[in-house]
Amino acid sequence: MKLFQNLFDATRPAVTTGKLKGLYPLHNALETMFFVPNHNAHSGAHVRDAIDMKRTMITVIFALVPALLFGMFNAGYQHYKALGLLVEGDLLAQFFTVSNFLFGALRILPMITVTYIAGLSIEIYFAYRNKHAVNEGFLVSGILIPLIMPIDIPLWMVAVSTAFAVLFGKEVFGGTGMNVLNPALTARAFAFFAYPTYMSGDKIWINTTAEQGAQLVDGYSGATALGQLATTGQTSYSAWDAFWGFVPGSIGETSTFAILLGAGFLIYTGVGSWKIMLSTVLGGLAMGLVFNGVADSMEPGAMQSYMSLPFYQHLMFGGFAFGAVFMATDPVSAAHTERGKWIYGFLVGVLSILIRVFNPAYPEGVMLAILLMNVFAPLIDHYVVEANISKRLKRLKLQQS
Amino acid sequence: MYLCAEIFAVMPNVHSVRNGLDLPILGAPEAIVDGHLSASVYAVRPSDFRGLAPKLAVKEGDRVLAGDILFTDKVNPQIAVASPVSGEVARIERGDKRKILAVVVLADAQTSYRSVPAGTPANREDAIQWLLSAGAWSLIEARPYGRIANPSSQPKAVFVNAMATQPLAVAPAVALAGREEDFAKGLQVVSLLSPRTVLSISANETSAALTKASGVEIHQFKGPHPAGTTSVHINRISPLNKGEVVWTLNYQDVVVIGHLARTGNLKLERVVSLCGTGIAKPRAITAVAGAHLETFLSAEMKTGAYRVVSGSVLTGANVGKAGYLGYYASQITVLPEGQGTDFFGWVIPSFGKWSISRTLFSWLTPSKKYDLNTKQHGEDRAFVVTGVYDKVFPLDILPMPLIKAMWAKDLEKMEQLGAYEVVPEDFALCEVVCPSKQELQKLAEEAIDLLYTEMN
Repeated sequence: MKLFQNLFDATRPAVTTGKLKGLYPLHNALETMFFVPNHNAHSGAHVRDAIDMKRTMITVIFALVPALLFGMFNAGYQHYKALGLLVEGDLLAQFFTVSNFLFGALRILPMITVTYIAGLSIEIYFAYRNKHAVNEGFLVSGILIPLIMPIDIPLWMVAVSTAFAVLFGKEVFGGTGMNVLNPALTARAFAFFAYPTYMSGDKIWINTTAEQGAQLVDGYSGATALGQLATTGQTSYSAWDAFWGFVPGSIGETSTFAILLGAGFLIYTGVGSWKIMLSTVLGGLAMGLVFNGVADSMEPGAMQSYMSLPFYQHLMFGGFAFGAVFMATDPVSAAHTERGKWIYGFLVGVLSILIRVFNPAYPEGVMLAILLMNVFAPLIDHYVVEANISKRLKRLKLQQS
Repeated sequence: MYLCAEIFAVMPNVHSVRNGLDLPILGAPEAIVDGHLSASVYAVRPSDFRGLAPKLAVKEGDRVLAGDILFTDKVNPQIAVASPVSGEVARIERGDKRKILAVVVLADAQTSYRSVPAGTPANREDAIQWLLSAGAWSLIEARPYGRIANPSSQPKAVFVNAMATQPLAVAPAVALAGREEDFAKGLQVVSLLSPRTVLSISANETSAALTKASGVEIHQFKGPHPAGTTSVHINRISPLNKGEVVWTLNYQDVVVIGHLARTGNLKLERVVSLCGTGIAKPRAITAVAGAHLETFLSAEMKTGAYRVVSGSVLTGANVGKAGYLGYYASQITVLPEGQGTDFFGWVIPSFGKWSISRTLFSWLTPSKKYDLNTKQHGEDRAFVVTGVYDKVFPLDILPMPLIKAMWAKDLEKMEQLGAYEVVPEDFALCEVVCPSKQELQKLAEEAIDLLYTEMN
């Protein structure tokens, strides 16, 4: 401890007055990471809650760990399964193997590293330029972005998407706390529209680089459950597989179970809004029910078949759970008022399933639904605030009459 | 009217407050009044009176009696602040641009009072004139803006607050014991001031002086702090609309007014909670407003680095050990100053820290109390997390939009969102729980002052 403190003390003059002035935000960010500074309350209340932005953000990262670890295993599992190289045994023995984990980790950790380097260097530059401390918001975005990418995306695309998201999703609006759109989803949307061949289709969700002379197994299809549903209205994956997460998809999104663990943690710690999560799920279920209801009166076909997918299964397929728990709940881009959160979340859920089913070009509707509702969140808040204002005005009129 | 009040006294209105927070802080005072803060020097600081621009009525070397006016408000000379003790004006402490910081009085060993006629005034006009002439007017605060009331304004009601839910306060029943007669007399005077007098008490109040108070409308409140703040009481009972005024008093100030009515002497003595973990024996004491703290605290405080606060940990002023008790203060809180940095303090689990969220382990022990210090536990950041303030803000007001309107100095929005119904102290709990460590009371104070300037 003393060692680190001495190190920071020794290098401080160089970055405050010396030649390396530009590095002060970096120095400050690192120092405050090692040591919560000895700031005492200087105005107002004399005692403060022990939570701060760093602890808030690390709590979200802890909540992401189950999905991240599962994603690492799953990347390897899908790879070896496609090549027919799985060891003998039951599913769990095939899934939780060291080689699966290493395969995934060796691809996902570089993505995380690249995301952090690309994002944080921009954040630090803007901290320097606008003379403020480095905000912690990107700590979460840096994990979220890789988790919503396919395993095979080139690292440079991750870097470019991250840079775009931080610059145009966040910094142009004034930095952390000011952004309209969820930065992580902005990165994904950028990649989705800029490099569609790397972000959609049947070929990208599973790494199929052949090794040891192995070849793709017969009948291999790399399509995700949603991809199959969008084209045929049927899926070869069972709802249980989707719930546990043994299916192809973006790295962190597949296991509804792992995401639920994170959701429980977020709700329990009070860091994530249970209102948004619950209302998103309710919205998704409601839309699923509507589809189930009208499916019978539709002409038979892929669409009819998709619409009759049992409504609750929508929650398990694709990125719905991940979006509801980790994306829609981003406090900055979601509705800010408590009542607004219910409306916002519900509409996210409804739109996710709506886009998913009606628009085969976008098999996954969650990303677009959340981004769309991010744009509408200020409007929802506006009406919630207006309701409070008009209540006050009504009271005033009553008193005057 | 009287009958009506009787009915209220029999069937009190009970209001429950759900959102709020009782700070789990150690150092609660024992429920006894034991000792008196005696000091030889007293000071009255104009900064204790929000928005008051002082015009001195005395000069250095003058002799004053308790109740003599020390300074008046430049804008409204009727508003005057009286000396709490008799003695010699030792010095006028000044700061930048000769701003008056304090009027310091060397107290006589025995306080002599400038007496006014004792007895209860006959009507509203008499009561106002009598309070003004006695130098007691500064005890009456007005909403909106939370400043000393303008005697010529017409309040729709007077709210007497007989609750103390702030951290480490002395229960009103303890503070009122032995002063019931003065309290009842004070209430009589106060109830002359407006057509409606509301007395807010705790739902489990034991003092008969409060539960059986006559001539007033009694409302009971239960729930965590800020259930005992006047803003909550007004908001629940008769929310303040634009253009309306209410006057507010604390129950101890009613006692002061009652004593004035009984004896003709303005005795600015209150029961004060001597609390916090820096105090060897936390308890209630009596103290006169403006008392110099150092001599007394030297005998009461533990050794170590402590912060001396005149008032509660939520809203008090950091006056230092060598400072003076605030004019309205009913608490002296001594709490440890935060020391040193925390190695990876934002991620390492720690059982000694407290948080309203469950990100630390304090939720495992909900009844555990902590030796909370002044550490900010983090740095100032942009607003990111939402919904945190709502958990501790029970007013029918959206805290975050109002705070943002205050930040933007958008007066119209502030007005629409309820700025007339709040005082800066209402944001104290929001400030405590804010993960971005925003200074909300300061922000609210500046914004409400600006609103006052623009509206008057």
